[in-house]
Amino acid sequence: MSKFVFLIPLLPLIGFLINGLGRNLLSRTAVVLIGCGTLISSFILSAILFKEILSKGIATGVITYFDFINTAGLDIKFAFQVDQLSVLFLLIINGIGSLIHIYSAAYMHDETVPHYARYFAYLNLFVFSMLLLVLGANFVVMFIGWEGVGLCSYLLIGFWFKNANYNNAAKKAFVMNRIGDLGFLLAIFWMLSQFGTVAYLDLFPKASSAPVTVLTGITMLLFIGAMGKSAQIPLYTWLPDAMAGPTPVSALIHAATMVTAGIYMIARSNVLYSLAPISQNVVAIIGISTALLAATIALKQNDIKKILAYSTVSQLGLMFLALGVGAYGAGVFHVMTHAFFKALLFLGAGSVIHAMHHEQDITKMGGLKKLLPITHITFLIGCLAISGIPPFAGFFSKDEILIAALEKNPIYYMLGILTSLMTAFYMFRLYFLTFAGEFRGTAKQRDHLHESPAAMTWPLRILALFSIVGGLIGIPSVLLNDSNWLATYLSPVISAHENEHPYVHLSHGAELALMIGLVVVIAGVIYSAMKRYAQATVVLESNDEGVSKFLSNKWYVDELYNAIIVKPINFTTSFLSRIVDNKIIDGLVNGIGRALQYSSRQLRLLQSGQVGSYVLIMVISIIIFFIFQLFWKF
Amino acid sequence: MFAAFDNFPSLLIWLPLVAGVLSFFIKKEGAPRNISLLSSILSLAIVIASLLFSGQQHAGLNQVSYIWLPDLGSSFGFILDGLTKILCLLTAIVFPLVLLITNKDEYKNSNAFYGLLMLTQCGLMGVFMATDALVFYFFWELALIPVYFLSSIWGGDKRIKATFKFFIYTFIGSLFLLIGILYLYLQTPHQSFNLAAFYNLRLSAPEQHWLFFLFFIAFAIKMPIFPFHTWQPEAYEQAPRPVTMIMSSIMVKMGVFGLIRWLLPLFPLAVKDYNTGIILLITVGMIYVSLIAIYQDSIKRLIAYSSIAHIGLMAAGIFSLKEIALQGVILQMFNHGINIVALWIAADFLERQTGVTEISQLGGVAQKAPKLTVFLVIAAMANIALPLTNAFVGEFTIFNGLYQFNPWLAALAGVSIILSAVYTLNMIKNIFYGEVVPATTEVKDIGRTHILVFSIITLLVFVIGIYPSPIFKIIQESTALVLNKYGSL
Amino acid sequence: MPINYYILLSVALFSIGIVGVLTRRNAIIIFMCIEIMLNAVNVLLVAFSKMHHLRAFVADRATTVGTDAQLFVFFIMVVAAAEVTVGLAIIVMLYRNIHSVDINFLNRLKH
Repeated sequence: MSKFVFLIPLLPLIGFLINGLGRNLLSRTAVVLIGCGTLISSFILSAILFKEILSKGIATGVITYFDFINTAGLDIKFAFQVDQLSVLFLLIINGIGSLIHIYSAAYMHDETVPHYARYFAYLNLFVFSMLLLVLGANFVVMFIGWEGVGLCSYLLIGFWFKNANYNNAAKKAFVMNRIGDLGFLLAIFWMLSQFGTVAYLDLFPKASSAPVTVLTGITMLLFIGAMGKSAQIPLYTWLPDAMAGPTPVSALIHAATMVTAGIYMIARSNVLYSLAPISQNVVAIIGISTALLAATIALKQNDIKKILAYSTVSQLGLMFLALGVGAYGAGVFHVMTHAFFKALLFLGAGSVIHAMHHEQDITKMGGLKKLLPITHITFLIGCLAISGIPPFAGFFSKDEILIAALEKNPIYYMLGILTSLMTAFYMFRLYFLTFAGEFRGTAKQRDHLHESPAAMTWPLRILALFSIVGGLIGIPSVLLNDSNWLATYLSPVISAHENEHPYVHLSHGAELALMIGLVVVIAGVIYSAMKRYAQATVVLESNDEGVSKFLSNKWYVDELYNAIIVKPINFTTSFLSRIVDNKIIDGLVNGIGRALQYSSRQLRLLQSGQVGSYVLIMVISIIIFFIFQLFWKF
Repeated sequence: MFAAFDNFPSLLIWLPLVAGVLSFFIKKEGAPRNISLLSSILSLAIVIASLLFSGQQHAGLNQVSYIWLPDLGSSFGFILDGLTKILCLLTAIVFPLVLLITNKDEYKNSNAFYGLLMLTQCGLMGVFMATDALVFYFFWELALIPVYFLSSIWGGDKRIKATFKFFIYTFIGSLFLLIGILYLYLQTPHQSFNLAAFYNLRLSAPEQHWLFFLFFIAFAIKMPIFPFHTWQPEAYEQAPRPVTMIMSSIMVKMGVFGLIRWLLPLFPLAVKDYNTGIILLITVGMIYVSLIAIYQDSIKRLIAYSSIAHIGLMAAGIFSLKEIALQGVILQMFNHGINIVALWIAADFLERQTGVTEISQLGGVAQKAPKLTVFLVIAAMANIALPLTNAFVGEFTIFNGLYQFNPWLAALAGVSIILSAVYTLNMIKNIFYGEVVPATTEVKDIGRTHILVFSIITLLVFVIGIYPSPIFKIIQESTALVLNKYGSL
Repeated sequence: MPINYYILLSVALFSIGIVGVLTRRNAIIIFMCIEIMLNAVNVLLVAFSKMHHLRAFVADRATTVGTDAQLFVFFIMVVAAAEVTVGLAIIVMLYRNIHSVDINFLNRLKH
């Protein structure tokens, strides 16, 4: 089977090429068949691979295809690594990717055929890059996929390219990703100069020989890369703006897959992070701060996609918290469950937006429960899952993260709880405002309200199913002994989470008590959200003053960045261009030219045309020469 | 005397020369153009043949030396080694592409125009292949002077000022170069201009220091390196289209090439002393020109400034004195040459369709010309070194060497990567996306010739970006030699 | 006769020539002054030639030392003759065109 691994990324690439090149020739059906078909085939291949890994229980296999760069002491192979971690991600990417492709077939139906094909081509290219990212057997191949997803994200955010705001959002995403990518790139160079290799299997065994400072530096730089891609402070502002893209794109890229690339990268290099405690702390602190910050912002947003976007940022923060406290398995677990319920929520939101004719403001929705039954049920499941209500998927993964955080440092735990509570609140605020109460939109919108076609609801059902049962692969030992299948599965790739000096060591009883307590509190929060929003006919909240204004304006971070980065750069560019380059440097050059012209104008006066004066000058010069010759012996 | 055609270098010199002279004397409509195109395609075939017949057993095919001025100790010597092959390949690929794309253009006195263009090609090939300092200098000027006439006769409205500036700048550089070459010549034991004799010179440190600056300024102006760069945007703006393409794609490589073939092996002591300072200057310059590029409203000036930043990176890579960076630079010279031609072709196409070169007056071209958009986005992505495009391989290796030299400088230079994304995406956004504006309502999509040329470029972009090993094999021939004097220092 | 006299004569002639060239405005007179200067040189050449030749002649009767200077004299005379023909022709043409040989009128070279 491993002979065919190359097909897994190659198939989406072929789909991209066919749809991209033939976008004016293919019919709509052909486009869908190619777009979805390649991806589903790729998913089947991944599933076979997964089965093989399960049955054989093999550790890892690196498949080298060709030398990418092999010269002057640099040896980088184009190679794939098939192991538990990468195959798990293959399943997530291909699985959710396929569902979203199918969903898109209906969602994007209004586009003309060339744009429709372009859309599928981009999606396929994105999946290809993402597969490259997780399959790469070294950091350079990962980087190729890494920048590739950045590019696709750029292309898809700006998919409706007539809109200038969308294009700006696309540009912002790309540039912010690039800032992170520079960190990643420098980390690669550092690894190359320290270890002489970037292949995982060669590098990780050597890691412990390197000084801690070096490892800290490398891991910090890698983390800068992860900050960009996974939208962490300070590089998170692109993700909410990225909601400009079509909603399935938001589901695929900005919730389920691309943003998890940073998590994947850190989980992949867990060996390095485990050796660099300072970096781990930084990751944890940034993670939890981002989680909190984004959660507070989400409390006051009214755009359905913006809320989900900030919730994504917040959940990503939690994942980084898990990585930071050394619970890599928990991080990956949350990536997976989050992929299910966040894709579900986004697709559900897409279904709502579709039904509401591109209305995204939840204050103008309400009462959609009856009109969109499937969307409603699945969305509710998503909300329950993200809020951490058992037995939905989010409960198990979030719980694992929180317990790990508690063992590391109770403050992380407290902040994590706070984030969870806020998550439950804003998600149910969203839910109740959208689905409960009376319809608050225009009459015209009400007439058009309809449940989405099957191609859109079936992916919702499947994702809902996984949001319910997805958590069962990682049941904590408190509830059922030896049942954390995921941890066992990942153990060959991820060094087991062993906290030698935990701040708090929990007995099973205490852990269980905390778990139950948390669930009860969350339930209480949901109840209060229901009280407040379920019957709201008109939304009375005013966001005009105090904390709410601050939160609804997203902490003014965009304005801050504008003031301290964008404006100064704009000023500098214009200053350099107009003053320094044009006036000073070019002025200097032109000045030399002008000086020469001026002196030539002055010297020209000597040429009077009077032969007599010429001769006089000649004679005087000759006399001077004679004097020099005679009296100035040299 | 020189006219033995049993080897590749002399064919590459004589073919464009003969074609150029022929063009001069044929007044028939269209004939000069076809002669030039034919000759440039033949040149490409010759270069490809030389790639096939490389290695020790074919040394006679790739290296020649004819008696030229025995009394002066100068011989007409050429070599096709790894470095040269890449540059000749670039020249040989770019010329047919440029001639193809401008095939429909009409020029007054087209016989002279194409004749001068072919002379330029001859000069460029000579510069790259020369193994004799006098021959090198001769071709260095031969490449410069036709371009001066081409720009000042067939250029834009402000051509006189721009070309004059260009000429003065590069000519001053050339004079420095000449002084340096003559000094070295006088130092050789048997008064020879031979490159090998120059390499064997044992120069004292003070001599190396001032000679270093003579050569460095000449090459720095040609590339150009900040702060010698102000001639370039104007010259690119005013020169006729094919000339701009050739200048930015190939001629700037003369400077980079000069650094590798002449400066580095000749003055190791001085290079060692100055390289940190020069890399710092270049890095600051890269950020400086990138910032300026962000501000530019003219597509041509934007491309020009972006090119200065990219060339700066190459120069920085050379001075890092790491073999990996040097190989990256040689590869990147090729990549940059290919990519920038694509950018120029697109800019030129837009200018012809809309009559506008200001980015702010364009918009919505993607709706009118989707094919052009696809190709330009690919070229732009290659320009900002996205992985799997050719420039990524080049810049990755250069940055790697630069990092080995000094991590902080590499990080500083890396800032220009981010800035390049900013201005490139700005350009794409403002030209191609958004609503159609008055200037672009009449735009039509590219025709067959453009598709052909763009496809060739795109193919090269991806082939080199995905599988660069064959090119590295060619490059490896010459890089170790360049640096072998530094091993003992 | 001592060589000094010849030198003095030559210097005197040369100075007369220079002063003439510098002070006079008539082109023909300037021309004559130039001729005087040339002839001053000729005188000097002949004088030195004779002197050197005599000194060598005492030792060796077949010597040709010094005779080459007289060759120069012939050269100068031929060149001067050529110059006169061309120069006078120009002056004649000038006179025909502007009816003057005053060099202060002839400053159009500066344009």
